[in-house]
Amino acid sequence: MANIEIDAPCTRQLFIGNEAIARGALEAGIGFAAAYPGTPSSEIISSLAQVAKDMGIYAEWSVNEKVAMEAAAGASFAGIRSLAAMKQNGINVVSDFLANLVMSGIGKGGLVLVSCDDPSAISSSNEQDSRHIAKWLDIPLVEPGDFQEAKDMTKWLFELSEEIGTLFILRSVTRIAHARGNVKLGELPKREQRAYFDQIHDLKSVMPTSLMPIPSPLRHFFQHMKVDKAREKFEASQFNRYVGPDKADLLIVTCGSCWLYAQDAVKALKLEDKVGILKLGTLWPLPEKFVESNLGKSQKVLFVEEIDPFLERSVMEFVASLPSTSPHPTFYGKHSGHINAYGELNPDLVIKAISTVLGLTYQARDAGYGSEAEAVAKSHVPERSMTFCAGCPHRATFWAIKNALKLDGRNGIVTGDIGCYSMALGPAGFFQLRTLHCMGGGTGVANGLGKLGQFGFSQPVLAVVGDSTFYHATIPALINGIYNQSNFILVILDNSATAMTGFQPHPGIGTTAMGEPTKVVSMEALCRSLGTHVEVCDPFDLKHSTNTLLDMIAEGGGAKVIIMRRQCELVRGKKEKPPYRVWVDVEKCIGEACGCDRLCTKVFLCPGLTWDKKAGKSKIDEVICTGCGVCTEICPQGAITKEVA
Amino acid sequence: MTTKQLMKDPLNLIITGVGGQGNVMISLIIGNALVREGYFVTVGETYGASQRGGPVMSHLRISRETQYSPFIPNGCADIILGMEPVETLRMLGQYGNPDVLTIINPRPIYSIDVTGGSAEYPDLDKLVQTVKKLSAKTWVINATEEAQKMGSPMFANAILVGAVIGSGVLPLDKKVVEPVLRETFPKEIEANLSAFNKGIALVKQ
Repeated sequence: MANIEIDAPCTRQLFIGNEAIARGALEAGIGFAAAYPGTPSSEIISSLAQVAKDMGIYAEWSVNEKVAMEAAAGASFAGIRSLAAMKQNGINVVSDFLANLVMSGIGKGGLVLVSCDDPSAISSSNEQDSRHIAKWLDIPLVEPGDFQEAKDMTKWLFELSEEIGTLFILRSVTRIAHARGNVKLGELPKREQRAYFDQIHDLKSVMPTSLMPIPSPLRHFFQHMKVDKAREKFEASQFNRYVGPDKADLLIVTCGSCWLYAQDAVKALKLEDKVGILKLGTLWPLPEKFVESNLGKSQKVLFVEEIDPFLERSVMEFVASLPSTSPHPTFYGKHSGHINAYGELNPDLVIKAISTVLGLTYQARDAGYGSEAEAVAKSHVPERSMTFCAGCPHRATFWAIKNALKLDGRNGIVTGDIGCYSMALGPAGFFQLRTLHCMGGGTGVANGLGKLGQFGFSQPVLAVVGDSTFYHATIPALINGIYNQSNFILVILDNSATAMTGFQPHPGIGTTAMGEPTKVVSMEALCRSLGTHVEVCDPFDLKHSTNTLLDMIAEGGGAKVIIMRRQCELVRGKKEKPPYRVWVDVEKCIGEACGCDRLCTKVFLCPGLTWDKKAGKSKIDEVICTGCGVCTEICPQGAITKEVA
Repeated sequence: MTTKQLMKDPLNLIITGVGGQGNVMISLIIGNALVREGYFVTVGETYGASQRGGPVMSHLRISRETQYSPFIPNGCADIILGMEPVETLRMLGQYGNPDVLTIINPRPIYSIDVTGGSAEYPDLDKLVQTVKKLSAKTWVINATEEAQKMGSPMFANAILVGAVIGSGVLPLDKKVVEPVLRETFPKEIEANLSAFNKGIALVKQ
């Protein structure tokens, strides 16, 4: 991670968007930051936590997004500038609090929520567009168009938030959050901050001075006034601008990372003199006067934005309300099919859209070369499916689950959850997962399945969750299962890290985001205190794990817990050498003649195991193998051999 | 400051390989060195799949004038640094053009699809020939092999950074990159510096 506390104003640093946001928060004099990790948002708090002690601020990994937002609001109520960060799914978790926070107003400390969306759901279960929450709940929202703006906007939002007395949302996307670019640094403030819970800061102090969302209709009315005030500020914002000719053949209206794609596309087509770009940084409330003053630039307007037509509909709605004397251009975008209404965009898709609207042809490379290169790549490049890392404990856990369910013979069901282990939907986890929705959702679904005995349902139900997911959203579902005597087994895949998002600590680890030692909230003690049967297994002991699962399945009678505990290999591998040296005994491996149908290389599928085609035998790839030794247990011939390294 | 100039503006560099090989680290080293030299650099990375054995790529857009997007348009790569052979070909298929310069580490990493038999890994010699045919110039650098001789396959990253710098395709001198290497590998700096120098030597052979 980059050093975001570097005190070198005016120098340029290479920051990912998330680091730029964190730096902006530092430059704003933030005092409190909280988040639950979620790709692509995690580095905002990671980078703040790394410098928190030095900078005299506080940063935490909260147990979930709702608590993170509430904690940040608490700090705002006591006058401290605060930030909460999350991925788009987190917005759903936090929405109940937000709906009431906009009614109560914030405290004297500015309050900013960062939502990092994931168009194309690259690291997500969905690609929902969090911008809608702005309109839905009356929260002003901005979106940076590059890395510099990510920093500058964050700083600006704290000022606006305090001046207007409302929460602001900064919405980012993967290609800003996780891309790197130049950021020119500003000053780091040196200021003493004192927290004191006094009274609500509010618009011209006309509101009752309490932090309660009642009386709602009146509060709602005042929130609309705040939104109007934000609109006034937005009208004059430097983050909204037009680049291009005074009279253009086409006007592109865009925001976020699409601002970069639109510029790339216009340059690639050499249309700088013919196509203008209206770039909006403040998306909601729409800066209507600014938009209107630029709409006359062209008879044709193309909206370029990702996921939902948020800007497109806002502008079209606004233009529909204008008198006939105002410009009413022809609109192109998602509604006309020129821009995808799903998935992320890129310069090529924008080039295509512009070319279609203007009737142009575009060729990036020599056509003969292009068709040859594409054909050769298509015929020669093999698939590379995602899988668990070599040495991952989840592979062993799903091997045990697969075998236990097979031995049970009643077509047991595994409900899934959010984390690395979501990959068990595919070959990595032997296709064991049958459902996958949201954090904690699999255990909720298991609650329902586990109550269907009266309808003749007899399939065993296993709900798998990761350790961090357990603390985030699984505990209420487990309590529900115990209370209502639902028949399922909660399998906690405890790899002692929030692995998928970058190994952040959680309540079961014993360290805080800022690296301080803290109490461990023991998951087995917690589960046992609920009065249910709890077992702890080492997934690398395949036999014991499988038998324990089988015993618990046979036991029936309400919700139970198995903890599969083994540290994430990527964490272990950074600290320790491989425990074993592993190799295939070529005398013992009889290849296709074995009758196992290459269990190791066709089914188990650890990337450390390869197939030596010439020899017709399995082989360990010593560059990949992490020496866990689990595969030695699965070979029917005992050909895979290990010795302590 | 280096005296070297950009071959073109923007200069588009792709670093490709398999999750876990060190794509992000190489893009950080090169990106940081370029920003210190006053360039606008945008780096687009593959995340999510990056630690799970999936195909990964980093797009570096380098310019004196402005911040480009994190995506190189199709057919517009100027340089491809391939840490894995079929991934290099995958990039040439989408981003290659008759002028592209390619540096390739010819050490295959087999996917679970290849190992499981549902996909075929092409013959390595033919694969390298195809890459050469699709590139204006190709440097074959046995980075993993050399790194293993040095004691760990992880040194392949510094060898490949050395190869890129030694090839002269970027406006970066060795002297500019060395301090960035020192910051990136504070613990094993000597080994990584000799790997870096090895890469420079290999590309000049």
